Amino acid sequence: MTWDYAPAPESRAIANLKPSYRMFLDGEFVEGSGEPLKTINPATEEVLAEVSTASASDVDRAVKVAKRAQDKVWGPMSGAERAKYIFRIARMMAERSRELAVLESLDNGKPIRESRDVDVPTAAAHFFYHAGWADKLDYAGYGPNPRPLGVAGQVIPWNFPLLMAAWKIAPALACGNTVVLKPAETTPLTALVLAEIIQQAELPPGVVNILPGAGDVGAELVNHPGVNKIAFTGSTEVGKIIQKSLAGTRKKLTLELGGKAANIVFDDAPLDQAVEGIVNGIFFNQGHVCCAGSRLLVQESIAEELLEKLHKRVSTLRIGDPLDKNTDVGAINSRDQLTKIQDLVATGEAEGAVRWTSACPLPEKGFFFAPTVFAGVSQAMRIAREEIFGPVLSVLTFRTPDEAIAKANNTPYGLSAGIWTEKGSRILWAANQLRAGVVWANTFNRFDPTAPFGGYQESGFGREGGRTGLEAYLDV
Amino acid sequence: MSERLSVAKTYKLYLGGAFPRSESGRTYPVTDSRGKFLANAAQASRKDVREAVVAARKAFGKWSGATAYNRGQVLYRVAELLEGRREQFIAEVASSEGIQAKKAASIVDAAIDRWVWYAGWTDKIATVLGASNPVAGPYFSFSVPEPTGVVGVLAPQKSSLLGLISVIAPVIATGCTAVVVTSQDRPLSAITLSEVLATSDVPGGVVNLLTGHTAELAPWLASHADVNALDLTGAPDELRAELEASASGTVKRVLRATEEDWAKQPDIRRLRAVLETKTVWHPMGV
Amino acid sequence: MAASTTTTSGSPPEFADATRDETSLRRFLHGLPGVDQVGVEQRAAGLATRSIKKASKMWAIDMAISMVDLTTLEGADTAGKVRTLCAKARRPEPERPEVPHVAAVCVYPDMVETAVAEVAGTGVGVASVATAFPSGRSSLRIKIADTEYAVEAGATEIDMVIDRGAFLSGRYGQVFDEIQTIKRACGDAHLKVILETGELATYDNVRRASWLALLAGGDFIKTSTGKVSPAATLPVTHVMLQAVHDWHAVTGELRGVKPAGGIRTTKDAIRYLVAVQEVAGPQWLDPHLFRFGASSLLNDLLMQRRTQLDGFYSGPDYVTVD
Repeated sequence: MTWDYAPAPESRAIANLKPSYRMFLDGEFVEGSGEPLKTINPATEEVLAEVSTASASDVDRAVKVAKRAQDKVWGPMSGAERAKYIFRIARMMAERSRELAVLESLDNGKPIRESRDVDVPTAAAHFFYHAGWADKLDYAGYGPNPRPLGVAGQVIPWNFPLLMAAWKIAPALACGNTVVLKPAETTPLTALVLAEIIQQAELPPGVVNILPGAGDVGAELVNHPGVNKIAFTGSTEVGKIIQKSLAGTRKKLTLELGGKAANIVFDDAPLDQAVEGIVNGIFFNQGHVCCAGSRLLVQESIAEELLEKLHKRVSTLRIGDPLDKNTDVGAINSRDQLTKIQDLVATGEAEGAVRWTSACPLPEKGFFFAPTVFAGVSQAMRIAREEIFGPVLSVLTFRTPDEAIAKANNTPYGLSAGIWTEKGSRILWAANQLRAGVVWANTFNRFDPTAPFGGYQESGFGREGGRTGLEAYLDV
Repeated sequence: MSERLSVAKTYKLYLGGAFPRSESGRTYPVTDSRGKFLANAAQASRKDVREAVVAARKAFGKWSGATAYNRGQVLYRVAELLEGRREQFIAEVASSEGIQAKKAASIVDAAIDRWVWYAGWTDKIATVLGASNPVAGPYFSFSVPEPTGVVGVLAPQKSSLLGLISVIAPVIATGCTAVVVTSQDRPLSAITLSEVLATSDVPGGVVNLLTGHTAELAPWLASHADVNALDLTGAPDELRAELEASASGTVKRVLRATEEDWAKQPDIRRLRAVLETKTVWHPMGV
Repeated sequence: MAASTTTTSGSPPEFADATRDETSLRRFLHGLPGVDQVGVEQRAAGLATRSIKKASKMWAIDMAISMVDLTTLEGADTAGKVRTLCAKARRPEPERPEVPHVAAVCVYPDMVETAVAEVAGTGVGVASVATAFPSGRSSLRIKIADTEYAVEAGATEIDMVIDRGAFLSGRYGQVFDEIQTIKRACGDAHLKVILETGELATYDNVRRASWLALLAGGDFIKTSTGKVSPAATLPVTHVMLQAVHDWHAVTGELRGVKPAGGIRTTKDAIRYLVAVQEVAGPQWLDPHLFRFGASSLLNDLLMQRRTQLDGFYSGPDYVTVD
């Protein structure tokens, strides 16, 4: 006897999708002079909207208006006034949360459950949290009256389009900077609705400018001499290029890059919750998460039992229409990304890892990849070293705590890590040993505006969130 | 009766707690500010850089794992030893930097005080930079500063002791270990400092001092994949951009500092520059 | 598929070691993996967001109706009250005969005889609480007598309570023996073991008590008496569903779970069914393996059923008050 859940789709109409979107510059929505792009729904491959993009001269203009707004309006404004604008944005985002959630799922492919319960509320929370900092910067620990940097150029990825925009814009504004932000090429829509909110909140023109476009627009922004600060979230590869191109300049830089997090399960772990944490760690957001727990390190004595439980649990994940409220894993964001995942999975098989893929049905159209678990993975395999950025887990084993730590740290990345054990002292020991910016013990993938987030080594530098995160936007 | 001939010192590198010659066998003459020959110093090579990074990496685990209290004590002990060598430092600073003994004395005093200042930071920095994060959920979340690892330091070219100490002390106070390229033309205080460190409780490898040509050594340090951070303070102007670009190859933290007025009381920027923030989460439940 | 018949006494060979003596039992129970409170509650809350619509909702409503142990456990119970309850159990909605009957009625031992007479031949079971329900604070002799009294009166299911005092003070062997003894007194009747999770305080204890009851031969593990708050909750039921799932994985035996108390709405019931399907497995979507201990739930299920079929919201005057 089977009980199939009937489709429970969220209404697409809620997204208020428009046929075309324009860039946001100097408080107005204007046509960009770049080649317009068509953004598609990765779950159906249909075009959602046409979006105007910025050219080099648009970037130049945006940086100039941002500079003017910083000099004349936003910089001189009292922190208390800045705070009220940012609070307004937070409230208006919450009011339009359902619209933003549906639009995000359409444009990105992530399940509505996640955009509704994670992305949008966390984004609003980031504005709300940082708003309160605007008039309290004297207490942030950087000395009296810390000054803003000026114009912040921000380039964000496609995996959490709205949330990353919030992570970038909120602290920049709180600290008194103005912003030119470039959303990702494949996911520009929610950032442009955020621009509407910013306009409705009556933020002074030029304080926030949002310029869609591809990597070339990002490069223009990064290299524009009028920009005082660059914040980038994306691949390590591009992060290195940006760091290199800023060498010798006075621009302040923070980078949040890739990861290959180890999720370590000791034999005394709360197993059922560990399984949940593993699943959440790698299949949340289709694995398009820089801090995803993509390497499962499990103690040999429980490896078989854990793997069995894991397979069973992963089999219950529902893959399909991102707008269906019962979908657990949505669409891969783009054909390019799908191809990358397929290639790395093929490499894993060729290298001799044992592939297990959930037998879940996949939609016929759109970019989908069934949750996959590789067992018998060794540290030398590419699937254990390279960021796959998809719903693919590599399982390795260890025998002793020292071995677990050694394997976990054996990567140029250092963004996040997970620990599962019921023994308190072991948690603190392991948390101390792990070379990663975020360590989740008996949980995974938790985010909060009050908790600094960012990586060691090639996962980048600088932190976002908390008091520590303000440093990125202050001249200190 | 003829005057006694003094025993001339052979100046060597300080690497992994030992005093080797450069593996290249090279030396270069060091003169005072007026060009008078003072000594031959070892001219380190890229292989010496490599060895120094290995030594610094090896020392990192224990040094960063020591209690902050212990690090503070060890560093304070260094200040005691510096005080004992006060006269020697005054003489070296005076001749290297071409200043009067009185001025040199005040610089040496400031340097010793600077060291004491940083020694006191070891067990306070986590309180000042750490936090418990009031997250919206049933979790306890805290953030702590942690040393980034091996730091490549291009020491100031001009300020041979006060500047040197101002760049080394913060690095090791955090628990990082250092590979330092000393002032090229004024390395004598650095060499004396290494003798102090060697007789102190600072474990071998925590500080490694390489004398030689900055322009030759710096690129190897900047590109070395096992170096986590790079302090550009003493980098030649024409090389700064290139070194920073090279550091991007492994996403190093780069401190774009320059020679400054070292007599000024510092803030904690140099500590922050070599610290990571680690955030830890754990659920709260019964 | 149909569930296995009554569990035989004695632990399966896989667990013979665990139940050899008090020390082994304690070691076994304390060796079970811990349950992280935040994790299990988060998982339960996450699954509770499943949106069940249209045909799948209709299916779930009928399934839930067929899983109800329609309960009256009041000091004021009378034969008349029990007869009305039984009528409702046999045919929950007189105008719509296609509505399935509930799984069982659940009454105090002295009402069993009345209930048995009322539901004879209908497929509706008669469950009786026993063993000095709800506190369990009496002698073993009386608990046995209580059970035998209900069984002799024709109860097909016995809902016993464990001695929480003994459990909390670590006398697992005593609880184990008592369950085994009652199991023997049940004869052919199915035994549901009430853990009273509201008094066990932690999920770790819920897991241990679940395994203890399974090891001792309980056919069902049941959350609550309904007399203690909190009664059934989703995360507690998750932990218990996980236990029967894991038990099955090791022994091949199917055991049931019954949340009781506090489940009043269709929405709640469906959340439980989602948990059954996704935590234990679809196999447990069967009245032989999952029950709701409830009284007012049935009417809400019936109202929602009407809404589904009629296309407009129903009201309490259109379902019978019993």
